[in-house]
Amino acid sequence: MTSPPDTSDRTVPSTGLHGPDTARTNTTQGRRTPAIARGAAVATCWVSLWQIATTLSVHPYFPTPLRIARSAVDLWFSGPPAHLLLTDQVLHDVLPSLGRLVLGWSAAAALGVILGVGLGRSRYAYDYLRVPLTLARALPQPLLVPVLLVLFGLGPSLTVACIVLGVIWPVLLNAMDGARDIDPALSDTLRVARIGRTRWVLHIVVPAAAPRIFTGLRISLSIALILMVVSELVGSTNGIGYRLSIAQATFDLPAMWAWICLLSALGYGLNRLLLLAQHRVLAWHPRLGQGTT
Amino acid sequence: MSARVARAGRAVLGVAVTAGGWEAACRAGLVPAAYLPPPTVVVGQVARLLATPSFRADAVSTGLSWAIAVGGATMIGVALGLLMGAVPVLRALLAPVVEVLRPLPSVALIPLAVVVLGSGSQIKITVAMFAATWPVLINTVHAVHAIDPLQVDTARIYRVPRHRVLLRLTLPAIAPAVATGIRLSASIAVIVVVGTEFLAGGTIGLGQFAYLQGATVGRMDLVLATVLLVAVANYAVDTALLGLQRRTMPWAEPQEAR
Repeated sequence: MTSPPDTSDRTVPSTGLHGPDTARTNTTQGRRTPAIARGAAVATCWVSLWQIATTLSVHPYFPTPLRIARSAVDLWFSGPPAHLLLTDQVLHDVLPSLGRLVLGWSAAAALGVILGVGLGRSRYAYDYLRVPLTLARALPQPLLVPVLLVLFGLGPSLTVACIVLGVIWPVLLNAMDGARDIDPALSDTLRVARIGRTRWVLHIVVPAAAPRIFTGLRISLSIALILMVVSELVGSTNGIGYRLSIAQATFDLPAMWAWICLLSALGYGLNRLLLLAQHRVLAWHPRLGQGTT
Repeated sequence: MSARVARAGRAVLGVAVTAGGWEAACRAGLVPAAYLPPPTVVVGQVARLLATPSFRADAVSTGLSWAIAVGGATMIGVALGLLMGAVPVLRALLAPVVEVLRPLPSVALIPLAVVVLGSGSQIKITVAMFAATWPVLINTVHAVHAIDPLQVDTARIYRVPRHRVLLRLTLPAIAPAVATGIRLSASIAVIVVVGTEFLAGGTIGLGQFAYLQGATVGRMDLVLATVLLVAVANYAVDTALLGLQRRTMPWAEPQEAR
């Protein structure tokens, strides 16, 4: 609670697992290429290992990566040229899923930041709301799906509602902690200087809380992805989760692997985008603002 | 002391007002009580459920699976993290794999786990272990990096045997970060175990109970009672682990993880 904002990130590290050496090479633009080349080499190495292992074992549950790739092409890129070769599965399942994810997550993020910063600057709000908020944070969100199902019905609104309700708490709590942790000397100084209320919030409180807010946003992104899949597995007639459950029911193992790989790629890509945004927004921050991915 | 009492009083008041508002909304018909029962009903059901032997068996199954998943994740995470922290080649090889696998939503693995592992408790344990390993692993790797190289070099100069360096220097140095990782993992594992029970079926577990009561019978009071119970348990475990961390490692203030 009393930890300064800039150490908070260490619980959920933003950067990868590369040591400080990689961080250093990446900041100098000229040596970027070797790092990428090294990454590509390692990736090729692992995929070939995967290919060899699955080819040798010939297990129907573990298709080879080549087989999965072929299945992925069939699933997503074998459509008519008018649709840029994209299939109906991309247009009716992948894109709607992504839309719900982005909508739910950004709505929860906006609400969470606004409420969190407001509650964090209020004198007693934390004391009053501590227990309900931490309990809400501890909720097993997947179990709420049946309740939300009767409240919102089958369909896209269920997924969005699930994501908003599951994802808002980490953002809110982190924004609140960030806003609470502002140095009292600073806030007193600015009060003496009679700085305007909007400027105080926008130029002091939000930037000071930003590192914690980004921690919350990153946690909430991974939860949002989980809840998208859960709600679509249970109560949807389209979407990635729905297709995944169909692939399981029809024992189409290569397709199942392809959907899982897509979800992994989505998680990775969205996380990267968020990190890029963080490095932009927190460029002033000594540790979190550097492009170390 | 009085400040403490005042804070506790405000917390109680906050809970009372929140629950009261929910109750009033239900009683006034703002929300359909069949879908979202009032807290008095839900709390009553919690007490009744806890007295039911079959429900207690569900809770024990969930709790055991959770403990196994967290224990396994801790062992895998710390061992792998130490190796990755100590051997640069291993880190270069494994870091990309971790970075690709970590953002994978664990529930996406449930269909695969069902096909491969059948329908026993091993599904929920495996999926939860997958999800819970990352925080421990990543915190361990970062903590190993943060060890002062001067201390390691000093130990090396004095020819301290490797196992003693590990026991006396490395493990105590990384302990606080690992504890934070375990706390995060414990909370993730609760939700993944229950969620897997909910989605993958199986025969026993709190998630399975909520699925049967919610999706087939429509008893939202029982679903919400289970949800409340799991949330309180999750919160209690987190608080207990935080207390344990403060007591056993007084030299490092635990980081708030939310």
